[in-house]
Amino acid sequence: MSASRLASGGSDIDRARPLTFSFDGRRVEGFAGDTIASALLASGQAVVCRSFKYHRPRGIWGSGVEEPNALVDIEGAGGRVPNARATTVPASDGIVVKSVNASPTALADRNAMLDRFARFLPAAFYYKTFMWPDWHLFEPRIRAMAGLGIVDHDWKPREAADQINHHCDVLVVGAGPAGLAAAAGAAAAGHSVVLVDDWTHPGGSLRHRAGKVDGMEGTAWAEATVARLKSDGQIVLMETTAFGLYDHNLVALNQRHRDSRPDTLWRVRPRRIVLATGAIERPVPLANNDLPGILSADAALAYLRRHGVLVGRQIVVATNNDSAYEPASALAAAGTSVTVVDCRRDAGAQAKAGIRILPGRTIAAARGRNAVQGVLLDDGTALAADCVLVSGGWTPTVHLFSQAKGKLAWSDQLAAFVPGESVEGIGVAGAAAGTVSLSETLASGAAALGPFGSSSTPAPRSTGAEATLGVVSLWPKPKAKGRVWIDYQSDVTAKDVELAARENFVSVEHLKRYTTLGMATDQGKTSNLNGLALLADVTGRAIAEVGTTTYRPPFTPVPFACLAGARRGSMHPPVRRLPLEANHRAAGGVFQEYGGWLRPAYYGGGEAGAAIREEARRARQSVALFDGSTLGKIEVIGPRAPEFVDFIYYNTMSTLKPGYCRYGFMLSENGVVFDDGVLVRLDEHRFIVSCSSSHVAAVHARLEEWRQDRFGRDAVYIHNATAQYATLTVSGPNARGLVEALDLGAALDEASLPHMAVAAGRFAGDEVRITRVSFTGDRSYEISVRADRAEALWMRMQQEGRAFDAVLLGLESLMILRAEKGYIVIGRDTDGNTMPHDLGVAGPRTKRTGEFVGRRSLFTEAANGANRNQLVGLAVREGEAPLATGAHGVEKSGGRLRSIGFVTSSYRSPTLGRPVALALIERGAARHGETIDVQHLGVVRQATIVAPCAFDPEGKRLHA
Amino acid sequence: MQLFPCPFCGPREESEFHYGGEAGNLRPDGTDVTAERWAGYLHMRDNPKGPTREIWMHLTCGEFFAMSRDSVSHKVSGSSALGETEHGA
Repeated sequence: MSASRLASGGSDIDRARPLTFSFDGRRVEGFAGDTIASALLASGQAVVCRSFKYHRPRGIWGSGVEEPNALVDIEGAGGRVPNARATTVPASDGIVVKSVNASPTALADRNAMLDRFARFLPAAFYYKTFMWPDWHLFEPRIRAMAGLGIVDHDWKPREAADQINHHCDVLVVGAGPAGLAAAAGAAAAGHSVVLVDDWTHPGGSLRHRAGKVDGMEGTAWAEATVARLKSDGQIVLMETTAFGLYDHNLVALNQRHRDSRPDTLWRVRPRRIVLATGAIERPVPLANNDLPGILSADAALAYLRRHGVLVGRQIVVATNNDSAYEPASALAAAGTSVTVVDCRRDAGAQAKAGIRILPGRTIAAARGRNAVQGVLLDDGTALAADCVLVSGGWTPTVHLFSQAKGKLAWSDQLAAFVPGESVEGIGVAGAAAGTVSLSETLASGAAALGPFGSSSTPAPRSTGAEATLGVVSLWPKPKAKGRVWIDYQSDVTAKDVELAARENFVSVEHLKRYTTLGMATDQGKTSNLNGLALLADVTGRAIAEVGTTTYRPPFTPVPFACLAGARRGSMHPPVRRLPLEANHRAAGGVFQEYGGWLRPAYYGGGEAGAAIREEARRARQSVALFDGSTLGKIEVIGPRAPEFVDFIYYNTMSTLKPGYCRYGFMLSENGVVFDDGVLVRLDEHRFIVSCSSSHVAAVHARLEEWRQDRFGRDAVYIHNATAQYATLTVSGPNARGLVEALDLGAALDEASLPHMAVAAGRFAGDEVRITRVSFTGDRSYEISVRADRAEALWMRMQQEGRAFDAVLLGLESLMILRAEKGYIVIGRDTDGNTMPHDLGVAGPRTKRTGEFVGRRSLFTEAANGANRNQLVGLAVREGEAPLATGAHGVEKSGGRLRSIGFVTSSYRSPTLGRPVALALIERGAARHGETIDVQHLGVVRQATIVAPCAFDPEGKRLHA
Repeated sequence: MQLFPCPFCGPREESEFHYGGEAGNLRPDGTDVTAERWAGYLHMRDNPKGPTREIWMHLTCGEFFAMSRDSVSHKVSGSSALGETEHGA
């Protein structure tokens, strides 16, 4: 192949602005407006990468998104991009381009010898061969030898990608003749329009195919139309790909930028979508059709007219249709020798000046090693050539239409699938709908607007030459000689398709997965139809009967950075923060995320374990301060509120007196404990549901559901006030002394504020709520205050606390304190089978007569089972280490080990000087005193089943 | 991304909603409900292909409502607020 740049011409390039970049270490020159591919062609670079599996040399095939071969890794201002299509990425000064799957370079690849073993490596070779002893032994080496570009694992976007939501009347995808006609029509009718195109300039095929519109040259008309749309205030996005069409006509766009900004994601909700996405030229089946120097005929014309690049000197064109004659004539006019091998017998009628036509002939094989050197015709004639152009007909780009669940219809006349029945809100226009002539194309653009078209403004008219197609089928044939590539990027040949059919993979979806046909980064844009036509032939079916595989987004690869936008790092997912976070940090708090909240795990910079144990030890000595602001505070108010909480809770709650609180469970309808916590009754019709910190949203949703579905909106009102209040807890033997020192104006004596009672107080003019509930087992006061005034109270607590040697508790030491008491954490000490009677709370189940959530499930066969896992404590022998959380209790049964439950929480208690553990053990409640085997990672230890509460079992300290 | 019509907020994107089950799955009260009936309420779903009536929650406003939707075409034909005690039946 001896491609070169012409001295003049090229509508897309600016010869006054030269640029250079490197390719595989070589310097490549080009101009502004070049793609990497056009610059590589102009510099005579035939081999640009190595194929996925066989490491075959590959060159540039196409001129746009369809490109199956020319994948490159690019290092530029925005970082490294793997597997970029050289045909779509604009060349820019100073970028470093590297061929994929080649080492050291595409031309001198050291794994090129793999191709010599190709006949031993058919489809599914790896699955069949590397079964024994274990695929995983072979996988790393096979993966290293096969593959494409290399991901830079350290790459991070410098900034978050913009994401834009947009609504418009009409979205037009594709700024070719059909799309421009549609956009102009919609704008004329007064609608807001968004026009997108993946190329740098508008016009589509008008930029390289002859055509006149309303008396103007095609390119000039396209640019004038876009200029008018822009001056009308319509949005025109170039270098933007509509990559996905989702439910209810949401269209996702990927907009690329020339600077180092990450790509922008647009989510557009148009009222009408016009798909004017064009068509993609198909390869012609011939042996060795993947040699560098074999290109799409349309691409050759595009390189000539857009970039002033001549793809060869001695050119053979293989075709089955009329569209190849414009490239042939144009290249001949540019001074090359052109021979057209046309499979149609009547092709002589196409005779044009300067080109030789061989009608009724096909090419059997291409010759050459690293570049095409000639072809062999079906009659044995050999022709020399440095470039072979192929045009096997056109495949309408129906991807977005199919993503919208549009059905395709087979057209014999076009030898292609075209959009069938229309989809609501979507019009398909131009070559995507199967039009050929410019007249038809322009008319279809206007018509695709449906009710959004203009009745007064006439559609643009074609005033020049009209294209014809005249296609006949030229599909790959079974048992062809040599290797005929179907899918270049996945390295799938016709023989692989035949093999799959022979092995009964006759569904097109199975064919795809078995051979990987169409599964590469190009998603088979050039290969799918040839593949399924061959499958149809081999299995004796019609192509329409075989059908296509499912089209899924994205149409072209989209960077994750574009899809992620701002949702990365600390924004993915965002954590909830305490109102007093800054104070905790100043006090040396080490933060961790707990159920979506960022909370202090412990305080102080020392070793975590020691710091945590020290906090737990000191908390039992005098007094501890703890920030419990994350605890749920959901207010339930209204005339039927008492009835409502009775229904929601497992425990009877309506008997609670105002000013008191009660601990209880909420169940799921399947009887499993869903949440636990304290319910506060402020007055007759006002309760506060205090639920687990990480469960607030779920509990709130559940309360709303029953309120709206069972009780009525005006019977109960629910307000989630969790974030409005901070809850600061004082706990320990000296808790009362400290709270008294705070001077909250509430009587704290045992008669006025006993355990499980609530009192109102004031701090610095604000009302505070003082609740005597305990999660430590010591006398505790939970003080709830307006979140925005919490800092002053917290500072005061610490100040007064000095006299009491008060300690700050992180969440980890609180976990030790509650485990010493046998207090459970739902979801940790319970699982998806745990019912309240498994936790020793059987009373309401047997005694309650009213209805409550989950009630019926407590009386099923499973709920009454004798072998249920029940909450117990586990004690180990003096001096032993704590049991591992998650360790299983085991027993021998019929010669095999069987799990009888597991350890749910396990800590070393600094106060007791020994380990404590909670566990769910089969029939555990009746087995106190029994010693069982506990196994973890193959090590078996003994533990004795005890009551869950290991510290102060009489509960004296609650009142001390 | 589907657009769901919240009866209170109008059309919003599906990511703002939480599925609440099939409409008309009425809760049988009491402990004398047969095990079969209760299991039906808890677990048995019609999972219809085509027109469906479903309960959805709009997370941003907290309201539950019934919506008619086609499980194949994803076409939404309407939505209505829950009544006093009906379960969208």
